[in-house]
Amino acid sequence: MKKVTVQCRNIRLSYGSTEVLKNVNLDIEPGEFFALLGPSGSGKSTLLRLIAGFNRHQHGELLIDGKDVSGKAPWERNVGMVFQSYALWPHLSVWDNVAFGLVERRVDKATIKAKVGAALEQVSLSEYAERRPSQLSGGQQQRVALARTIVIEPQVLLLDEPLSNLDKTLRVQMRQELLAMQRRLGLTTLFVTHDQEEAMTTADRMAVLDKGIVQQVGSPVTLYDYPANPFVANFVGTMNLMTGKVRSRSADMLTLDVPDVGELRLPIAGDAPKTDSIQVSFRPHALRLEVADAARDARFVWMPGTVEASELLGESTRYRVRVGKQNLTADHPHQMGLTRFPVGGAVSLGIEPSQVRLFGA
Amino acid sequence: MSTVTVAGASARMRSGFFKHVRPGAWLAGAMVLAFLLLFLVLPVGQVFVAAFVDSDGSPTTGHFSAFFDQSLMRESFFNSLYVATLSTVFAALIAVPLAYFTVRFQFRGALLIQTLGVLPLIMPPFVGAAAMQLIFGRSGSVNLLLEQYFGVSLPIMEGLNGVIFVESIHYFPFILMNLTVALRNIDGAMEEAALNLGCTGWRLFWRVIFPLAMPGFIAGASLVFVKVFDDLGTPLVLGQTNMLAPQAYLRITQVGLEDPMGYVIAVIMIVFSITAMVMSARVLVGKDYSTIQKGGASIARRELTPWGAIAAYGWIFVVLLVVLSPHIGVLLLSFAQVWSFAPLPDAYTLAHYETVFQDAGGMMKNTLLYCGLAAGLDVILGVTIAYLVLRTKLPAGKWLDWAATASLAVPGIVLAIGYLRFFKGVTVPGTDTLLTSTWVVIMLAYAVRRLPYALRSCVAALQQVHESLEEAAESLGATKMRTIRRVVVPLMAGGILAGFVTSFITAAVELSATILLSSSESQAPMSYGIYLYMQSISGRGPGAALGVLPILVVALGTYLSHLVVERASNRNATRVVDEELPPLPAEPSTTQPQAVKI
Repeated sequence: MKKVTVQCRNIRLSYGSTEVLKNVNLDIEPGEFFALLGPSGSGKSTLLRLIAGFNRHQHGELLIDGKDVSGKAPWERNVGMVFQSYALWPHLSVWDNVAFGLVERRVDKATIKAKVGAALEQVSLSEYAERRPSQLSGGQQQRVALARTIVIEPQVLLLDEPLSNLDKTLRVQMRQELLAMQRRLGLTTLFVTHDQEEAMTTADRMAVLDKGIVQQVGSPVTLYDYPANPFVANFVGTMNLMTGKVRSRSADMLTLDVPDVGELRLPIAGDAPKTDSIQVSFRPHALRLEVADAARDARFVWMPGTVEASELLGESTRYRVRVGKQNLTADHPHQMGLTRFPVGGAVSLGIEPSQVRLFGA
Repeated sequence: MSTVTVAGASARMRSGFFKHVRPGAWLAGAMVLAFLLLFLVLPVGQVFVAAFVDSDGSPTTGHFSAFFDQSLMRESFFNSLYVATLSTVFAALIAVPLAYFTVRFQFRGALLIQTLGVLPLIMPPFVGAAAMQLIFGRSGSVNLLLEQYFGVSLPIMEGLNGVIFVESIHYFPFILMNLTVALRNIDGAMEEAALNLGCTGWRLFWRVIFPLAMPGFIAGASLVFVKVFDDLGTPLVLGQTNMLAPQAYLRITQVGLEDPMGYVIAVIMIVFSITAMVMSARVLVGKDYSTIQKGGASIARRELTPWGAIAAYGWIFVVLLVVLSPHIGVLLLSFAQVWSFAPLPDAYTLAHYETVFQDAGGMMKNTLLYCGLAAGLDVILGVTIAYLVLRTKLPAGKWLDWAATASLAVPGIVLAIGYLRFFKGVTVPGTDTLLTSTWVVIMLAYAVRRLPYALRSCVAALQQVHESLEEAAESLGATKMRTIRRVVVPLMAGGILAGFVTSFITAAVELSATILLSSSESQAPMSYGIYLYMQSISGRGPGAALGVLPILVVALGTYLSHLVVERASNRNATRVVDEELPPLPAEPSTTQPQAVKI
């Protein structure tokens, strides 16, 4: 099967005076598993439905396989969509649900039989063909919805929050199945999610949307390690953010005045933003935690703090540490027998300078 | 969806483990049972017995062979079937497009259709029948005009045609309302999935949308069939006595209570009603297709193209004109001084209203009293049964529900015959007055006949009240009774009110039981009064005036309640601009529109 590209060129869409998508540009490579990640109201589902043809953009172009499909009806696009609610028709059997699209395409009976059989085989639901959707579990319904979509051999597969209605263990299993099937079929796939873990674990690349604007596009590692702005930093994984006024800067040292915390001297390697204020960001696991009077490793930038709360995550313990009047999140590796820092106790927090990312503020 | 079923199952299990039946529940159940036995089961049972025993008390099926030996009876039987079937077909033809239009397209008038569509229900069909003669009859407005300009006439009101015509435009709202709700409850994604797979236009309607709304359609259509089959007033007013209901009436009133033929007809009618109901229930088993989810949108409303809009408005205008013709006709009739052999009345007057206010004040008062009491009784029974069925483990609680609902299948005339026979000779305690000669039996007949409406309202309302709300009250120290009074009933208030109003309105237009049970004019309610007036040509004016008054009151109320419903459903239907539906609700959303079962 030919793998196709999906390209959005300056797409704008508004409902009345509400701008939902503001100049969206995206290039999705052939055969890519691409995630659209964003919070509620970010416009990610709108974008997906736009590609499916259920929403119309007022401005810009939508190219599938290089051809503008903006004016085409949903059924003229050969784009398959799996709905969040699955949208399985309760009055039809599993078999008829899957055969539906082929019947609409006036495919002959023998071919329908073969293709539906194969699709059900793909999702290992062959023996459930005669059942009604209501007699299936959530995961099975999900697979029927998937079979119904892939049986028409769409050019592009769209998944709207495909795993949100499943419980947690099933979600992990389904997301692996989904990925395996996508790889097998080589289908260009877009999938919408608000769960960053889901996006990071499955997607080849992903786009983070907020307020109708594409904030950043890249591989999960890129977005995690080099977020383009504080929003992405915070949405993909957890991030500590501290804003300070620049007191002085040199080639390898930045001195900030952080309100309620005090002076922060950070060794820097490259260029720091040339703004008056700078946001310092670092992941919880890039923080070193020591008892207040322990010997300090000079490679870290140390700050005194008080433990406010702690939760055991398993492989690590997550602490909320108050520094000045700010709360920072710090992960400390956990091992059997290790005593945890007591709540209320004084600690030293060390920032690892190489793991710090600076944003102009 | 699966989440819903799983949660439902666990809720059932929980109530199974922790609920035991309290004495209060037994007492309430016993009282409801006594009421149903005394005023529904035993009287109707008497009718069956009478149809199957000889004059000496030995069992026989001879009455039935006698029935089918008489050509008049055979003809009546087939006429009734024919009229009921065709009326259902025509009602569907009117209702299906109207329902689809209002749900599918964005156009002004959807609310109008919904409101006007309900109107025919609040005017008894027999009231409209007289007016329809004047509009569509051989020398009615339409045919006079047609003959004048085209030289043709349409036999719309000739013979059984008239009955079919009047019944279908009177009862199509049953289909309209049930179908509209069913359509509204379809998840928009159902349609989008079909569009995505290349299914559009008519195929989309026939393959996806209509099948999903089928339960609503069947519920409505079976009601129409049963209603038409049972209707007594319309054939009487139109002079079509060769049908089952009029034959039963004539037998009982003219030959007497001892004539077995009346009972045979009653049994046949009840068997047909029950068969229709059971069949529709069979078809509907496991077919709850209301797939819309919390936060989800119903099927998208589309903009009409200009030509589409013209066609739609034009067609709807014509349909509404026909549908409203009985009302327009009755209105004209109520103001008409003379109206015969003319498209419109020759002169107008207020004299009929004067007559009505002078003569029929007592009847209005009677209607208010009987229907008020009956509807009150209905909601009390309704709340009790709903609570017993849904919240207690009372054995056979389901049976109470079924018995109460079964009265839907008991034609008014059959119930009336049953009362006359079962309470024969029974006097009001302490007096010599016969029970059957008092208005109490009329009121009781109304209460039994309209109980299913109130019951469905109450059940729906109680289903919306999550059990945890009660458990919360109980854990805070409220006793069962206090919880019901302070938490359950206030939360059900909307449904209870809806049930009361439905019972009241529909009781006010009940005629078939009323005709047989009204022993004197001073005790007669308005519906009987209208019928009496309509018997004579000169009485038509006052009869129409008497018919107009309640319409005005009820129309206003219906319109207001529809505004509220529409606003609520608009609020829910607004497509969320973006994103995440919350996880599936464990219980159906409280805000989703409720099926109207009238």
